Amino acid sequence: MKTVVMIGAGQASLSCAAKLRAKGFDGEIILIGDEPKLPYQRPPLSKAYLLGKVEAERLLLRPQSWYEQQQIRLVTATKVMRIDRNNKAVELSDGRVQPYDALVLATGSAARNLPQSMTRSMSGIHTIRDLNDIENLRPELDVARHMVVIGGGYIGLEMAAVAKGLGLEVDVIEAAPNILGRVASKETADYILELHQDQGVTFRVGEQVKELSGDGKIESVVLGNGEAIPTDIVVAGIGAMPRVELAEQAGLEVANGILVNAFGQTSDPDIYAIGDCACYRLQTGDVRLESVGNAIDTGELVAGNILGEEMMYEPKPWFWSDQFDMKLQIAGQISTQDRITVRDVEGEGRSHWYHRDGQLVAVDALNAPRAYLIGRKMVLNGLSPTGEQLANCNQSLKEIFDSL
Amino acid sequence: MTKITFVQPSGVEATVEATSGLSLMEAALHNGVEGILAECNGAAACATCHVVLPKAVYDRLDAPEDHEEDMLDFTEAERQPCSRLSCQVRVSDDMDGMVVHIPGE
Ligand SMILES: Cc1cc2nc3c(=O)[nH]c(=O)nc-3n(C[C@H](O)[C@H](O)[C@H](O)COP(=O)(O)OP(=O)(O)OC[C@H]3O[C@@H](n4cnc5c(N)ncnc54)[C@H](O)[C@@H]3O)c2cc1C
Ligand code: FES
Repeated sequence: MKTVVMIGAGQASLSCAAKLRAKGFDGEIILIGDEPKLPYQRPPLSKAYLLGKVEAERLLLRPQSWYEQQQIRLVTATKVMRIDRNNKAVELSDGRVQPYDALVLATGSAARNLPQSMTRSMSGIHTIRDLNDIENLRPELDVARHMVVIGGGYIGLEMAAVAKGLGLEVDVIEAAPNILGRVASKETADYILELHQDQGVTFRVGEQVKELSGDGKIESVVLGNGEAIPTDIVVAGIGAMPRVELAEQAGLEVANGILVNAFGQTSDPDIYAIGDCACYRLQTGDVRLESVGNAIDTGELVAGNILGEEMMYEPKPWFWSDQFDMKLQIAGQISTQDRITVRDVEGEGRSHWYHRDGQLVAVDALNAPRAYLIGRKMVLNGLSPTGEQLANCNQSLKEIFDSL
Repeated sequence: MTKITFVQPSGVEATVEATSGLSLMEAALHNGVEGILAECNGAAACATCHVVLPKAVYDRLDAPEDHEEDMLDFTEAERQPCSRLSCQVRVSDDMDGMVVHIPGE
């Protein structure tokens, strides 16, 4: 193995590259990314960054000097246009051709846009995926008085909290019967809904957006029931789609993401996929996660496998979200059939625990860091307190943990 | 520039030049120090950036906030009297020469 090329310079490829070096790989590592910046973290974009709590330099995952020190070649502002599998090379937007021995697809995902028929290229309509989106939004935020968020998912809700914090009036519109419908339990969603309402965010849940109205610039959002909400800014937080175009063109198998086996290999064994863009086909089913934890884990897994370790992916899902003064931390993954136990203990915060077939599978910790860390340990180690134990406020989590 | 030495659980040491104002976690990551995973990149969400400070430095700093305090109780490696989450500690000039231990699991 001489040259490892990675497409996309983000969290996943950074983790993969760092791990390759940490494991002693001394061949060439080349990260090719289409964004102008060095690889940076996305989570602050919808959180502290717009509130000015994180300086731009601190978004960077590593400073320039690190890449030099680690001898990782970083090619920024350059897009990979095509993968030539026969010649094991990628073609770049500047016309160069870069050969590879192993290729890692780390193209991430792209924010889903509202249909063009609805937006009609009006200004004032945004999605949040990269720094460029934030730089476009920021000057508008400075003068705007009203924001409508379409979609009550994590990014939408975080943006709503940030906008409220900046003093804007905020409406959130969610078409499904609940916010966070696909990603959180009803209990957790309701708790977060209440938090936002207490802070003065207005919700229209179970309402469709019929039309965006305005003349060159957004003026109002018209709902299915005819109500028109005047606004200066619309942020669409309606999900993300894995960036699979290159893989598709190259004839690699694509499902909900670039399809890989448990080792992270695509249908071409010299080509791997990691992070948001990858769909891991495991014995237990397909797994495609959009989270920092997954980007790191799959990146590191593939680093090892490029070096011949033959390790299989074992997802350890975890996630966090900051909204107002609440930090939500989630370990494990819920499904709709799980039995839920609510634990609300003075000094410990609130936590929601999920059992499937009698086994603890996930925990949502709402300003309850202890519950998150203990819950994560339990889930990962297959330790399973009963719902009754967890609901018992007279026992601390530590005591429950120690009794298992 | 502030010189800080990180000691791995194995005893291997690395001394780095840290920029004042950045976090201790950033000082480690930026200089390729292993053992501090920092999975959430400093959002105080993961507790994978646990370090043990010298007592004198620990005492001089503001006490950890409640959230960090709670996280420290359940880090992978057991909490010690001068444990901190390194992403929550800002490097300052008076830390020059400090030796920080990365606890083993
Ligand atoms: C606003 C926001 C908030 C988030 N908050 C959280 C959170 O709180 N917690 C959490 O765990 N996760 C969060 N996430 C998700 C997390 O950021 C992603 O899961 C993670 O960044 C995925 O890493 P990645 O490397 O797979 O993709 P990315 O970080 O998206 O990197 C992929 C890179 O590849 C580039 N690229 C794509 N195609 C090409 C090409 N053909 N040529 C060259 N370059 C290309 C892209 O431009 C991009 O720079 C958030 C995401 C967003 C957008
Ligand atoms: S880096 Fe995650 S808590 Fe410090």
